[in-house]
Amino acid sequence: MIATNRAADTVIILIVLLLAWQALHQIVGATALPSPVPTLAYLAKLVPSERFAENAWATLVCFFYALILSYGIGLAIGVWMGVHRLSGAVGEPILISLYTLPKVTLYPVVLLIFGLSLSGRVTFGAMHGVLPVALLTMSAIRNIPPVYLKSARTLHLSRWQTILTVLFPATLPEVVVGLRIGFTLTLLGVLLAEMFAAKQGLGFLIINAMQLLQTEEMVAVAVVLFAFAAVANALLLWIEHRLHRRV
Amino acid sequence: MSRVGWIRIAVIAIAIALLEASCRLGLIDHRVVIPPSEMADALVHLLISGQDNDQILRTFGIVVLAAVISAIGGFALGVIIHALPRVRQSLDPFFATYYAVPIFIFYPVMIVIFGLSAIPIVLMGVATAIVAMIIATLNGLDRVPQVLTKVACVHRMGRIATALLLKLPAAAPHLFTGLKLAVSYAFIGVIASEFILAPAGLGRVISDAYTDFDNRKMYALMLLLIIVATVVNMFLHAVDQHLAERRGIGKA
Repeated sequence: MIATNRAADTVIILIVLLLAWQALHQIVGATALPSPVPTLAYLAKLVPSERFAENAWATLVCFFYALILSYGIGLAIGVWMGVHRLSGAVGEPILISLYTLPKVTLYPVVLLIFGLSLSGRVTFGAMHGVLPVALLTMSAIRNIPPVYLKSARTLHLSRWQTILTVLFPATLPEVVVGLRIGFTLTLLGVLLAEMFAAKQGLGFLIINAMQLLQTEEMVAVAVVLFAFAAVANALLLWIEHRLHRRV
Repeated sequence: MSRVGWIRIAVIAIAIALLEASCRLGLIDHRVVIPPSEMADALVHLLISGQDNDQILRTFGIVVLAAVISAIGGFALGVIIHALPRVRQSLDPFFATYYAVPIFIFYPVMIVIFGLSAIPIVLMGVATAIVAMIIATLNGLDRVPQVLTKVACVHRMGRIATALLLKLPAAAPHLFTGLKLAVSYAFIGVIASEFILAPAGLGRVISDAYTDFDNRKMYALMLLLIIVATVVNMFLHAVDQHLAERRGIGKA
């Protein structure tokens, strides 16, 4: 029942968004914003094309590497700062101020170091994703109820048993929240990097389409990315809810 | 200041000193990163010369404008949505997805619609910030204790008096958290938009300096942005913490 309600709500939102799109199209005219039907028709032609596949692949590869870096480094920092209290207390405000910084300003530095390369875009994507993963992992470890650790000691669990059967399951739900936000922000970072300076990728495709005033292509690529991000987020949210219910 | 605070300052100072030393010793190429002292020097000179001050003021003006629109608009929308439970329920998946979508992909669409002016930048700032304010308003209104509504009933207070005297103060800490997020999101939205494409503004100047290999100017302005963002965030964080402590959920 709840599931059908949620599905209905999602459909309602999609319909409202499409209507808003159509209304905006009527107001600003076809050159500025194509209406939904021709755009979706264009989308159906664009997605199977080789040009789209190449650029989508470029973005995916870049995103994949950036995500591995975000998760790896973020989890490492988070675990360290969660376990070692002093580092956590010292580092948390620093991480929070870095988190709220508009990191896009630092992109030229990344470009100067790495040049216009894949590694530059990967680094920039990872810069966005590392911080939420680290901050939420740290708070997950800090928020473990002390009674869990006490019962582990009472049961004479070994170090590894404690980590695998107590610490890992107890921290997992909150860590997954961090991984979801990290996913989102890494994608944002990769796309921003492609929009600012790149010769391939979906971000580049959007900017290029804008400069050539191919509004249909621009909106079509934006719709693809929107759908990708929304579906991935829904999937991760679903995992998150399942984990929270289990605990 | 606490011991932890001193250690934190020491860590930051050592990091800056290490960067300075590696730049001076030539471990880091001067064409890639300039020493922090030179950044600060360049910033002071740039601000005194005043050649980019109008761009700087323009950008911060847009950030303030976007933050104000988001705060007021987000609060108003939050109150309206809170009063309509069915609408709110339908909007839940939308709020859960909103920040997952990289909304910057719609910036070029805005430029095509509104032209290359300040309007798309303000809109991007508002688009990044307003939803955080709406969510915070909803949270705040949700957490107004039932007992307050009952007190209002007992005292026969009117709707407006209840809203102003009880609900607003009770929701205030959450509203401030929303305001804090709105300011930092508006900042990020505006700067990032200016960076990608803009007729003027701080982001544009930094990106131009990068294209011209004018490292002194680029790093000076980056330093300015980092300082402003950090100071504003630290101030908002401190006020937020103070309010949280007052409602008794903050870190002691």
